[in-house]
Amino acid sequence: MSQAFTKAMARNIFYGGSLFFILLFLALTFDTDSTLPSRDNHAAITEKVAMGKALWEKNDCIGCHTLLGEGAYFAPELGNVYKRFGSTDAIKAFIKGRPKNGIPGRRSMPQFNFTDEELDAIAAFLKYASEINTNNWPPNIQG
Amino acid sequence: MQYQSQRVAKPYFIAAIGLFVGQILFGLVMGLQYVMGDFLFPAIPFNVARMVHTNLLIVWLLFGFMGAAYYLVPEEAERELVSPKLALAMFWIFLVAGALTILGYLFVPYSSLADMTGNSILPTMGREFLEQPTITKLGIVVVALAFLFNIGATILSGRKTAVSLVLLIGLAGLAVMFLFSFYNPDNLVKDKFYWWWVVHLWVEGVWELILGSILAFVLIKTTGVDREVIEKWLYVIIAMTLITGIIGTGHHYYWIGTPAYWKWWGSIFSAMEPIPFFMMTVFAFNMVNRRRRNHPNKAAVLWALGTGVMAFLGAGVWGFLHTLAPVNYYTHGTQITAAHGHMAFYGAYVMIVLTMISYAMPMLRGREAANSNRSQVVEMWGFWLMTVSIVFITLFLTAAGILQVYLQRMSENPLPFMVVQDKLALFYWLREITGVVFLIGLVVYIASFFVGSREPEASVSPAPAEAGA
Ligand code: HEM
Ligand code: HEM
Ligand SMILES: [Fe+2]
Repeated sequence: MSQAFTKAMARNIFYGGSLFFILLFLALTFDTDSTLPSRDNHAAITEKVAMGKALWEKNDCIGCHTLLGEGAYFAPELGNVYKRFGSTDAIKAFIKGRPKNGIPGRRSMPQFNFTDEELDAIAAFLKYASEINTNNWPPNIQG
Repeated sequence: MQYQSQRVAKPYFIAAIGLFVGQILFGLVMGLQYVMGDFLFPAIPFNVARMVHTNLLIVWLLFGFMGAAYYLVPEEAERELVSPKLALAMFWIFLVAGALTILGYLFVPYSSLADMTGNSILPTMGREFLEQPTITKLGIVVVALAFLFNIGATILSGRKTAVSLVLLIGLAGLAVMFLFSFYNPDNLVKDKFYWWWVVHLWVEGVWELILGSILAFVLIKTTGVDREVIEKWLYVIIAMTLITGIIGTGHHYYWIGTPAYWKWWGSIFSAMEPIPFFMMTVFAFNMVNRRRRNHPNKAAVLWALGTGVMAFLGAGVWGFLHTLAPVNYYTHGTQITAAHGHMAFYGAYVMIVLTMISYAMPMLRGREAANSNRSQVVEMWGFWLMTVSIVFITLFLTAAGILQVYLQRMSENPLPFMVVQDKLALFYWLREITGVVFLIGLVVYIASFFVGSREPEASVSPAPAEAGA
């Protein structure tokens, strides 16, 4: 780098540039926060949905699945599973029906022994997630 | 080694390498589960192996960063650490807390672990990379604060250099951004939005400052190039990092419920994120070419150059590959993401920690400047085996990812996820075999610490001018 461009100038670009973009990012965050209510389906967040999210986390479902494309890539996307399966009943039946010792030779989902109330909550959470405005992602029903 | 207190870096480096081995073993477990689904089921389900793999990675990198800081800061500040005792105490606390957490993952069902640790009081568990029980997270914060106090007080009461100030800003940023792991609202969109403030603003933000600073330190020491020149580069690189990387967070805000304008902000700014990585490569090669002397630790120089190249490939090239919104629409959350994650983490953060260990460990073990020739040759074999393996792992996962995207998301009759996974088995087998080679490389690397210990130190080869370099 040329001699005319000094270390002090480089340092000032670092401090000034960072500060500017931190502020811009905060402004965009603020704007996002005020636009979210029209997109994030928050009206659907009932106590049951909140319980479903807590169970989702407590059992680390994200450690195998993606949710809105984030998570692990070992098992199917679940952000749109409500649409893929067509109903909360189908979701509940699937989770409930997992064999305790898995399926020989295949990737299997554990049997979590959820109560009916818990199953309701998880299915409600996944229904809520499927109704978030995701700019049309995923490209198709397969997730 | 000029200061006694630099010694505390040694246990940090040893622990880092030990946990690295654990990380890779669990990577191999998962790699096998990808093709033999019932392997270790239900004893170690995939999600448990995964949290062990990724959390060990993060923890050992943190050990590496802290060790690097404890070694680097006294030399830069030209004084002893404020409290080597505190540094050692924090080492044991962090190691024990980390070990207990991993054992908890392995021997207690995750939901019971959540109950046992009172997750419902302040629920933070069960999110990717942030699986640690809330009390472990609090422990991390305590260790981080004690650590920051120790090096902060040392830096501020000694000679202040750009290298140490940038390191301090990076480490402080690391701690501050981690605080967002405690924010976990019921609103999934907001949860995800701020989750990225930890994950993205770490690896594409503050961690890059740590990376740049360690790289600058090792280059100053091994090339003898004027500090003014190196520190100028450092400032320009990290300026570009934050100018592009902060708004670049938007490349994670395309499909999670956030406003559509993020497609523009995210695409444009993250498309420029490779620039600082490219500059790091040019920087490393430039400084080595302009070196004033030949350093006898050739392995350390190799690691430093390798960091530049591999960070650019993994983060810069493989990041750019899927960062534009119209591309990411199809690749989001596929094996392409995993391919990039592997090469970027290895190329940038694994390699910079191993660069620092390579440079510092000989002195920490009582050498003047470098290991024996034989030890260095073995270390360089480890370098090449691991680096070439990660390149091939990345290529196999990329191939799997392209097929996955096509079959599941683009073809006329999109196939279900699990059907597609079956078709990709060949690539997953190749990844697993390459993973075994990686493990062999790691074993060879570790062996380098035990061979040639009694042989004389490698000596300095002729100056660059004489050697015609
Ligand atoms: C060498 C043998 C390795 C194998 C077989 C392996 C295997 C795996 C597997 C199967 C996953 C889970 C992917 C999924 O969610 O479906 C994973 C995730 C991950 N691994 Fe590895 N791994 C290896 C080495 C490494 C190394 C050396 C690093 C770091 C430098 C690393 C960093 C990661 C990261 C960051 C993730 C999370 C990726 C993401 O979320 O996109 N792994 N690994
Ligand atoms: C050393 C720096 C970097 C590291 C360690 C890194 C690591 C990762 C990891 C682990 C993920 C997966 C996160 C998850 O599990 O959801 C990821 C995602 C991503 N990274 Fe990076 N990355 C780095 C730099 C970059 C850069 C410079 C770019 C862009 C040029 C980039 C673009 C992306 C994109 C677009 C995604 C989202 C992929 C998806 O939609 O599934 N990364 N990165
Ligand atoms: Fe990112």
